[in-house]
Amino acid sequence: MQVEVRVKLKQQVLDPQGEAIRRVLAGLGYSEVEQVRVGKLMLLEVAGGDREAVRARVEEACREVLANTVIEEFEVRLQ
Amino acid sequence: MRWDAPGTVELAREQGLSEEEYGRILDSIGRTPNLTELGIFAALWSEHCSYKSSRVHLRKLPTSGRRVVQGPGENAGVVDLGGGWVTVFKMESHNHPSFIEPYQGAATGVGGILRDIFTMGARPIMLLDSLRFGSLDAPRMPHLVDGVVRGIGDYGNCVGVPTVGGEVDFHPSYNGNVLVNVMCVGVARADGLFFGRASGPGNSVVYLGSKTGRDGIHGATMASDVFDESASEKRPTVQVGDPFTEKLLIECCLELMGKGLVVGIQDMGAAGLTSSAFEMAARAGCGLTLDLSLVPARERGMTPYELMLSESQERMLLVAAPPDVPGVLEVCHRWGLDAVEVGSVTAEPEVVATFEGREAFRLPVAPLVDDAPRYERPWVRPAPAAAVTLPPLHNRDWGADLRALLASPAFADTRPVWQQYDQSVGASTVVGPGADAALLLLPGTSIGVAATTDCNALACGLDPFNGAAQAVAEAVRNLACVGAEPVGVTDCLNFGSPENPKVMGQFVAALEGMAEACRAFEVPVVSGNVSFYNETSGSAILPTPTVGMVGVVPEVRHRPRGTWREGEALYLLGAAEGELGGSRFLQLVLGLEAGPVPAVDYAAESRAAAVVRGLVRQGLAAAKDLSDGGLAVAAAEMSGGTVGAELALPEGVAPARALFGEWRGGFLVAVEPENEQALVRACEGSPVNRLGAVGGSRLKIALGGNVLLDEPVEELEGLRENGLKWLSES
Repeated sequence: MQVEVRVKLKQQVLDPQGEAIRRVLAGLGYSEVEQVRVGKLMLLEVAGGDREAVRARVEEACREVLANTVIEEFEVRLQ
Repeated sequence: MRWDAPGTVELAREQGLSEEEYGRILDSIGRTPNLTELGIFAALWSEHCSYKSSRVHLRKLPTSGRRVVQGPGENAGVVDLGGGWVTVFKMESHNHPSFIEPYQGAATGVGGILRDIFTMGARPIMLLDSLRFGSLDAPRMPHLVDGVVRGIGDYGNCVGVPTVGGEVDFHPSYNGNVLVNVMCVGVARADGLFFGRASGPGNSVVYLGSKTGRDGIHGATMASDVFDESASEKRPTVQVGDPFTEKLLIECCLELMGKGLVVGIQDMGAAGLTSSAFEMAARAGCGLTLDLSLVPARERGMTPYELMLSESQERMLLVAAPPDVPGVLEVCHRWGLDAVEVGSVTAEPEVVATFEGREAFRLPVAPLVDDAPRYERPWVRPAPAAAVTLPPLHNRDWGADLRALLASPAFADTRPVWQQYDQSVGASTVVGPGADAALLLLPGTSIGVAATTDCNALACGLDPFNGAAQAVAEAVRNLACVGAEPVGVTDCLNFGSPENPKVMGQFVAALEGMAEACRAFEVPVVSGNVSFYNETSGSAILPTPTVGMVGVVPEVRHRPRGTWREGEALYLLGAAEGELGGSRFLQLVLGLEAGPVPAVDYAAESRAAAVVRGLVRQGLAAAKDLSDGGLAVAAAEMSGGTVGAELALPEGVAPARALFGEWRGGFLVAVEPENEQALVRACEGSPVNRLGAVGGSRLKIALGGNVLLDEPVEELEGLRENGLKWLSES
């Protein structure tokens, strides 16, 4: 099954990349954009039919490697 | 909990204040503080900000001298270089954040120390890093090494300051607490210095740099905390740095200073707006008003508590005369930085903040800064390590011993570490990483500025007094190898919990040893940092008083080199034998962390260093000091893995002490045959032995006709190259 993993910086953590994009947007006239936060979207193809088992396994992978949980948060969505 | 809720004793305890300290707060302000005020007390009275356990002992360090322009107490120390130039330098720890999040922790450590330097009006010209890690097979350790190294490299590289030196060492005592000590050296014109003083009532207070977010709230109290198994819960206090903003901040601040628009300035480091506001007020004997509603915030709904205690990176607090404020704001905006006038200087020594039209807090300055608690913690003087009974040390396979030493991570070629750093940005690097000390040209001149970081923590664990004194001596020797005369010291004192009398005893003894050595070498300590509570679940790190030393070469005419050349003669300056107590040979070959660490022979060390300094400055010799691993390791390193040498040890020496003995204050020196006489003349009155000559492809060391070891230098170098290779492959 396809699993979507979204990783983004925690809200209270500075996002220099997002801030750089916001500045460029403002410079091109999109001054109404007040904040940009950049994250990652990962699409995983995972074998197995037990949805809860797949979720648990992917969440474990997120904590272990896909997200740096010190500064990032993740969300797992099963298709 | 609202920011203006009453600050109760329970809340005080949660923020790391003791009951007795809470009582002191009530006495000093005569009422119950609100939560924000309590947070300000907790931050400024934390060990990290107040030095409450160390201050009474730090007084023992010599801090004055003919070259000293500014000693401890400012953002960094300042020493005169001659020719109207000064150097501004400091070393600081970022141990706790780096253990929690190695990449960002180390990166923001670099950012913080850079700000301490340019806030004084100096342009940062070099960075050095003294790193201590645990065993590479300990949990998370390769991840920590990799993250710390990348964090340092990325931040320094982006900001355009070369990382030119430092040291890396490994010991199981750092398994739960790695050490990241970062040193920055800057240069300024003597008449272009600025200080962290909020002086001149009526002057304006300007906030500049990045916006304030909810990151790193209470980092200073974390740095004053012991880790336990729940260290992961302390995580949200780590900050993310932005080196590109830091670069803008450097250029912006130096432009503001160059234009004469600055009265006083300080970065917002540990404890953020709190420490910059209160410390600047304290140094000037003035007070401040702040309107916290005006502070640029990254998120909506931030409270005074959060605004005062956030440790968001890349922010400065600046004091300017009111007519200059439009000019200040114009320069800041041109550099793309937020800048807002947030308050003014007052004559009354108190900081008063308003928020959304009402008073958020009103606190007197003195109780928070100059009259912060100071503790005479109980301590027991450590007994120096006793002599150890060694196994018989003859007829060993000395070549195998040398190979074992060189294959350990402690002697690994650090290239995989520093190749990740930009070592030459700025085009002033004469000697970069991998050498005894770094040497840079002061831009636009031929004046050389040299720097080194040193500490043999193993020795400090066995004998904190002699170990710390030896660290100072090693720094003097390392500077001599690049021809530099020491001018000042910054220290970074990493220890376990000061509430443990044994740890406190280590601290006191190490400090006294360092003080004795700095006095003897006439090198004052002008800045520094204390990092306590480096322990996890009751187990403390080895005492690690890192010495950062800066030296000067009045005119650089020759590029110092650390390797020998075909045809050169080899001399040993200093004693023919060293001591094995606390040596790498004992630790890594025999598996013994034991033995006495000898006292430093200051007179002999000073003489030998002066000889080497002179020879290197004239381009007559290549030199390497004999420290970790003794003569055999120094010879392997000087071969560079390309050219061998044949050495004959002086008759009658004990092989182990001659090959691997340490603590002798000596140098291995290579000179062209036509310069041999000059060398011998320069050494007059000091022990000197001709050991042999450079040539061939093998390192051969003999004693009285017996060959002790005979190894291909290329293989020896190969052993060193393997130790940290995985770093560049990961």
